[in-house]
Amino acid sequence: MLLNILPQVLVDGLTLGFMYAVVALGYTMVYGILEFINFAHGEIFMVGAFVGTEVLLISDSLGALEGMNPYVAFFLTLVIAMALTGGLGVLIERVAYRPLRGAPRLVPLISAIGVSFLLQDLVRFTEAIARNEFYLNTPALFSGSISLGIASIPTKGFIVIVLAIVMMIALTLFINKTKWGIAMRAVAQDQSTASLMTINVDKVIMLTFLIGSSLGGATGVLFSQNYGTIDPYIGFILGLKAFTAAVLGGIGNLRGAMVGGVLLGLLESLSGAYMGPLTNGAFGAEYKDVFAFSILILVLLFKPEGLFGEAVKEKV
Amino acid sequence: MPLLELQNVHTYYGGIHALKGLSIEVNEGEVVTLIGSNGAGKSTTLKTICGQTRAREGRIVFDGKDITQMRTHDVAAMGIAHVPEGRRIFPKLTVRENLEMGAFSVKDKQIIEEGIERAFRYFPRLKERIDQKGGTMSGGEQQMLAIARGLMMKPKILMLDEPSMGLAPILVEQIFDIVTELNREGMTILLVEQNANQALSVANRGYVIQTGEIILQDEAQNLLTNPQVREAYLA
Repeated sequence: MLLNILPQVLVDGLTLGFMYAVVALGYTMVYGILEFINFAHGEIFMVGAFVGTEVLLISDSLGALEGMNPYVAFFLTLVIAMALTGGLGVLIERVAYRPLRGAPRLVPLISAIGVSFLLQDLVRFTEAIARNEFYLNTPALFSGSISLGIASIPTKGFIVIVLAIVMMIALTLFINKTKWGIAMRAVAQDQSTASLMTINVDKVIMLTFLIGSSLGGATGVLFSQNYGTIDPYIGFILGLKAFTAAVLGGIGNLRGAMVGGVLLGLLESLSGAYMGPLTNGAFGAEYKDVFAFSILILVLLFKPEGLFGEAVKEKV
Repeated sequence: MPLLELQNVHTYYGGIHALKGLSIEVNEGEVVTLIGSNGAGKSTTLKTICGQTRAREGRIVFDGKDITQMRTHDVAAMGIAHVPEGRRIFPKLTVRENLEMGAFSVKDKQIIEEGIERAFRYFPRLKERIDQKGGTMSGGEQQMLAIARGLMMKPKILMLDEPSMGLAPILVEQIFDIVTELNREGMTILLVEQNANQALSVANRGYVIQTGEIILQDEAQNLLTNPQVREAYLA
């Protein structure tokens, strides 16, 4: 019985893991440049889920979804959500982080936590006024599933994985092959020297927030399609897990965030499915979050630089 | 009109009055050197020119334009290439990527490729290392890369901060040969050095800086034979 469910457990874990991975990229990109954990990033993801859901709800109520190809509808939703969350990320950086750039490290961190609460309440407040409730059901665009023989994967899950991979490849190409991508790495390594190369460091930081946030927002759309219900607090736990994934892979390292995310999703799914049976019910699936965060603690204790990170000395 | 002119510049650096009314000028086509001992304010002068530390008083004029309050990337875009102290190459970018960053302001891909070819003519060693990460190279190679990177933007002036620091004598010789060659091709150079002997032998004019003030300025040849300079910096 235990092995029978394994393929399904792996499929679920991959779906979850790829979402962690894309959100983790946002944490790690910002950290790579500013050495700052943008704790509001989970909320950007949440806003993406709400924007996506609202776009679908509103188009549906206008009858616009009728007869529209679901892939086209999905693509448009994704583009709108990415544009808005990307813009939101840039705005947050400008208003809440940039003025604090010279301040002690704890200060922008607190600002980020503040932004995070602000976004949660703003979304809750808006939805409560507009719809009288803030738990929303996302109109499902995709039904059915794809059979892989030993496991079946729902179409929506398949789309999550494919799109996550597409976003990761696109980001990797951008960072490694384009002028602005290389400039981003240059700024991450040495800001003051980068500015001697005529690189506008503020612009590069803006671009980092734009890309990281739009990836986070896109993941929100994927999440809402995959799980069907959302609320203003989904960004908190998912954000923490994606952050855990980034630390697991080595914060600041893009490949680390990708591998860390997928790994964490798989571990969580496996622990959720097998911890109960293996411990005779002492620890059930409800402990899967404990499991995920235990990994964070273990990584911090024994390999703080993560799987792909390099041990760096504290900057003087 | 000089290409670069500092007029009575005062800079404070971490509470210290680092530059006390500095005035220097560099004319087009010249090699001008700024010599002085450790902590005299040589690096601060270059940092102030490119806006990394702010002049609190005075004016900096480049190419007829007041650049005193400009931001660093805008100053660089005016055509000022600053090769900083300690080379500061991007350690995790390849040699090619480092050079491409030097040409960040250049739009035309063709010109960038020509620039890279030109860099390899000056520094053939870099060609062999083109795909190697900058941080894995020797100090001499990193200095060559730093200069090559500075040249990529086709600057109007090249400012070199202690290019000979920490290098073996043979490499120092090579670096100064390159300075002479660049200048022969028309490049204006502002050279900051502790190695006063070498610097004065390639420069047209020189300034001697002491605790943030210019105490002497003259033709390089005269400074080389000036007893005061000989005693303090050439001993």
